[in-house]
Amino acid sequence: MRPAPFEYFAPRTVEEALDLLARHGDEAKLLAGGQSLVPMMNMRLVRPAVVVDLNRVAALGAMREDGGRLHLGALVRQHALERDGRVAAAAPLLAEAAPLIGHLQTRARGTIGGSLAHADPAAELPACMIALDAVFHLRSARGPRACSARDFFRGLLSTALEPDELLAGVEVPGAPAARAGHGFAEVARRHGDFALVGACAVLALDAAGVCRHARLVIFGAGDGPHLVRAAAAIDARADLHATAEYRRRVAAGIAARALQRAAARAEAA
Amino acid sequence: MTPRPGSTVHDVAVTVNGAERRARVIPRLLLADLLREEWGLTGTHLGCEHGACGACTVLVDGEPTRSCLVFAVQVDGCRVDTVEGLAGPGPGLHPLQEAFRSRHALQCGFCTPGILMTLVAYLRLHPSPSETEIREALSGNLCRCTGYQHIVQAALDAAAAGREAVPAP
Repeated sequence: MRPAPFEYFAPRTVEEALDLLARHGDEAKLLAGGQSLVPMMNMRLVRPAVVVDLNRVAALGAMREDGGRLHLGALVRQHALERDGRVAAAAPLLAEAAPLIGHLQTRARGTIGGSLAHADPAAELPACMIALDAVFHLRSARGPRACSARDFFRGLLSTALEPDELLAGVEVPGAPAARAGHGFAEVARRHGDFALVGACAVLALDAAGVCRHARLVIFGAGDGPHLVRAAAAIDARADLHATAEYRRRVAAGIAARALQRAAARAEAA
Repeated sequence: MTPRPGSTVHDVAVTVNGAERRARVIPRLLLADLLREEWGLTGTHLGCEHGACGACTVLVDGEPTRSCLVFAVQVDGCRVDTVEGLAGPGPGLHPLQEAFRSRHALQCGFCTPGILMTLVAYLRLHPSPSETEIREALSGNLCRCTGYQHIVQAALDAAAAGREAVPAP
């Protein structure tokens, strides 16, 4: 299996990349880590006429932390989430989820921005970003804009990105309170497989130990990460790996596990 | 006449197993095909060709990478290490290869190069892994012969031998 022919550009700056996108629009695909795009190109499920490779845009690969907020460039590799102490300190949920994203080889190459822009419903990072209330920074030749993680994801493999836009980076706020905790749990057939169902939670307590902030996100069950607002039936899909009924049942248990872990950590904080 | 789309060629220079190599490639050429077809480095095997089996794993700038998911044009200026370079110029095997031989950690051998390259990179960062950690590190490499038991044993042996050769500070 080999990809269909395409023209290749490797811009050095975000501006050059945006110019290429403005010029080629729908015809172009952005290439980051390539761990989702290239398999789809090899199988010819996608056949872009133009590939704009972002790997040489150094400005997109930066990570910085200031005042507890973590700024992740879109090209930061997924394995940086497991290896970089700033992530463990500012956003421990991301550090905990990272080893479950694909495999060693795909995390070495795969990027944070690529996973988010691809928006696979079973992917860990989109769910974590919603639970953490992250802000996504989008850029196009028309100008920059910001978008909450919750508004970014629009369902199966679809996002708020316009054809001429790129996801430049993500800003993850610090813990919502001094006494806060996170929890993550997922069920997959084998380590590194896409989750059949997963859940992540962030809880914060006030000084009296009363829960004042709670976010629970379920992923893998339906067409995208789902921010749970009330006890309601979970929208679940069926495929060859699991039935919708199985996913609904597992989601309830997995959600409870994520919440319990978050509560235990918040209480211990 | 306008050229056919996708026929624009790019020049790449890559340090492969320590030696510089050059090639002129079209954009859709995969790194795995550059290694195998252009440069004759057929130790890198292609199984699934969509990033599921791990047989084509090589090191790109030291990181284990599926060479079926990277275009040759992308590795211009990079260092690529393949199984051919593992043992070095001498007659002996790499300690990991030695462990695979003594533990019978391969049968047909198709998946072996990808597993070796994955483990070389992993053991460099994790010199004292547990059995569970090795199994997790190898979760992206499929072997249909061995049942993995001997592979994991060989990796544990190689890790122990590595710690002996280079005592922890």
